[in-house]
Amino acid sequence: MTLQATYDGARPAAGAAARIDWTPYAIGVGIGVLSWIVFLVVNNPLGITTALSQVSGAVATPLLGAEAVAKNSYWARNLPALDYGTLFLVGTLFGGLGSALLAGTFRIEQVPEVWAGRFGPSPMKRYAVAFLGGIVAMVGARLANGCTSGNGISGGLQLALSGWVFLAVMFATGTATAFAMFRTAR
Amino acid sequence: MTLPVTGTAALALALVFGFAFGFLLHRGRVADYNTIVRQFLFEDFTVLKIMMTAIVVGGVGVFLMAQFGWVKFHIKPADLLAVSLGAALFGVGMVLYGYCPGTALAAIGGGSLHALVGAGGMLVGGILYALVFDWVKAVILPVGAMGRVQLHTLLGVSPWAIFAVLAAVAVALFVTIERMAAKRA
Repeated sequence: MTLQATYDGARPAAGAAARIDWTPYAIGVGIGVLSWIVFLVVNNPLGITTALSQVSGAVATPLLGAEAVAKNSYWARNLPALDYGTLFLVGTLFGGLGSALLAGTFRIEQVPEVWAGRFGPSPMKRYAVAFLGGIVAMVGARLANGCTSGNGISGGLQLALSGWVFLAVMFATGTATAFAMFRTAR
Repeated sequence: MTLPVTGTAALALALVFGFAFGFLLHRGRVADYNTIVRQFLFEDFTVLKIMMTAIVVGGVGVFLMAQFGWVKFHIKPADLLAVSLGAALFGVGMVLYGYCPGTALAAIGGGSLHALVGAGGMLVGGILYALVFDWVKAVILPVGAMGRVQLHTLLGVSPWAIFAVLAAVAVALFVTIERMAAKRA
C-alpha cells in the first residue's frame, strides 16, 4: 500500500476543501512579510517555544509550588505571564481555527491518514506516540534554544549560524526517523 | 506612532500577529500531520517550499531594514553542542509528534486531538528541561559556544551574496520539484 492512495493532498472535508490550496510559495512570502512586520513593529522575531516554556512553568506552579518555579534558574529568565510571547501562542491557535472554519475543513482528527496507513486506526497508540514526540521535541527545542520558528525561520532569515546548524541537523534526524518508522514495512 | 510598539498595544498585536501566523500555517497545509511526515519521506515538499521562501523573502526585507537602521537583529547564541543535540532530538520528536510547536498550535485550532495530546507532552518536556537546566548550563552549553554569530561575518562575505546563493538554490530546487511532480501527474 502506498501513502499516495490514502492521502491526496487536500482534506476530504465536505464543501469548500479546495479553498485550502494556497500555494506554498504564497504562504512562504506571507510568513516572510509577517517577519518584516513583526521585526519592525514589536522588535521581536517569530518564535514559539520560549513562550511555551513559560506556559510549562505555569503548569508546573501547582505541582512544584510558585516559589520553586520562580527560583528555578530557567523559568526565572522567563516567568509565566500573559505577555507578548504567550499571547502570540493563543493567536496562533485561533489562526488555525479561523482558517479551518473559513475553509470549511474543521474536523476532529484523532488518527491522521499517513499514520493509520502504517500503524492502524487506534487513537490510543497515536496519542501515546504524539505525547512522547511532544516531550522529545520540546526538550530538543529548549536545548537548541528555539524550534522551527525561532531557530529555523527567524534564525535562518537572519543568517544566524545557530539557525542553519539547527535546520541541517533536524532535517537529517527527522528524515532518518521517518524512514525508520514508515519505510520498513514496504 | 513610535516603533517598536510596547505595553498593552503590543499585547493586542501579539494576538493579531499570532493569528496571522497560525492562519498561514493552516492555509499552507503544514498544520497537518500528513504534510509534515510526508516531507520527511520526500513525498511532499510543502514544508521545504514554505520555509525556504519565508527565509529568503523574510531575510532580504529584514536585512534591508537593518541597513536603514529600522530594525535590530535578534541572533541566538551558536552553542554548537547544545544546538546540534537539541536539533537532533527535535527532528526525532517532530516526526514522532507529526508537528513542530507552531504548526501544532494551528493544528489544535483546526481540530487535531492528537496535536492537543502532544502539546501536553511539550509542556511536560518544558518542565523536564527547566528541572535539568542547571546541569545543561554547566556541562553542555559551554561546549563549542561560538557566540551570536551570523554566516556572512563568519565567512567574511556580504549578506547579499549569501541571499543570492540561497535564492538561486531555492529556485533550482523548486523548478526540479515541480518538474518531478508534473512528470508524476
